[in-house]
Amino acid sequence: MRFDEVRAGAASIAPMLVGVVPFGLVAGATPAANGFSVWAAVGLSSIVFAGASQLATVDILANGGSAVLAALAACTINLRMLLYSASLAPLLAGEPLRRRLGAAYLLTDQAYAVSITRWTAEGDRPEGRIPFYVGGGLLLWAVWQASTVVGALIGSAVPDSLPLDFAVPLVFLVLLVPAVTSRPAAVAALAGGGAAVAAAEAGAGPLSVMVGAVAGIIAGATTEAAVERRRPDPTEAAP
Amino acid sequence: MSSVWVAILLAGAGTFAMRASFLVAASRLAVVPPFAQRLLRQIPPAALASIVAPALLRPGGDFGLFQPRLAAGLLAALVAWRTRNVGLTLAVGLGALVALQAL
Repeated sequence: MRFDEVRAGAASIAPMLVGVVPFGLVAGATPAANGFSVWAAVGLSSIVFAGASQLATVDILANGGSAVLAALAACTINLRMLLYSASLAPLLAGEPLRRRLGAAYLLTDQAYAVSITRWTAEGDRPEGRIPFYVGGGLLLWAVWQASTVVGALIGSAVPDSLPLDFAVPLVFLVLLVPAVTSRPAAVAALAGGGAAVAAAEAGAGPLSVMVGAVAGIIAGATTEAAVERRRPDPTEAAP
Repeated sequence: MSSVWVAILLAGAGTFAMRASFLVAASRLAVVPPFAQRLLRQIPPAALASIVAPALLRPGGDFGLFQPRLAAGLLAALVAWRTRNVGLTLAVGLGALVALQAL
């Protein structure tokens, strides 16, 4: 295990914890506030390990929905994990299965975003990928578990006047900016963001992230194909 | 078993299956065809923008252009673009939001 990469992964995730801790406190406090046990909060955080879908599960059960309906809603919200899995798969293809399964368990928006940024930048070395991923992913996991337990026991202790929830879009913004490296990437981002907002306006709820992502992927890929048709040399297609 | 645990186990199994999907198949996908590479290249900008845009344009579930979160987000985007510094972007973005909300 390369410890410099483990440290680098943890350092990439560290600023994101500003947004993760308040969200974890809410994710822990919500089951308790709806009459479920602390163990249900712990079970959600350790077994499902995906904030928005944990809240949706509790909300549906608390409103009398069935377990199957709650699980379906949670899985729908987490559909974007399919995209992250597909995006990371070629980069981790050389790793043994047990490591890829471990990486799958730790896969979150945050772990995906910092990893794809690092692994598509200059200086990426395949042997450093898993240590980097584990350093970031495990730190996020530990902080998520701890903050949900604290939230379940004492409630979400963050005052509403402190808008720490805004830290979540801000950290993804920092990763979005360098991801927009070409015209197709800019089209993917604009179409994705626009479609996500439109889907949310139409009432798609948490599913709007997935709707936006798919729309952005199609728009970006179409643009890339059009750019390459105009300039047959593929080395010039992505400046 | 109570329904909450059934829901947790089903949601957990389904979520893990989606997380593992392509990662498990990765060893057989060592050579990714060009059209699939083209789709995969779009995932980071498309997915990240899909998370960011609604948070800036629909805070609290209502669409609006003249509100503090979009203004603070645009300022933070400028800082992110010029510095690539997460800590500084967070400080400027959160600070601007607090300041604008206090106005």
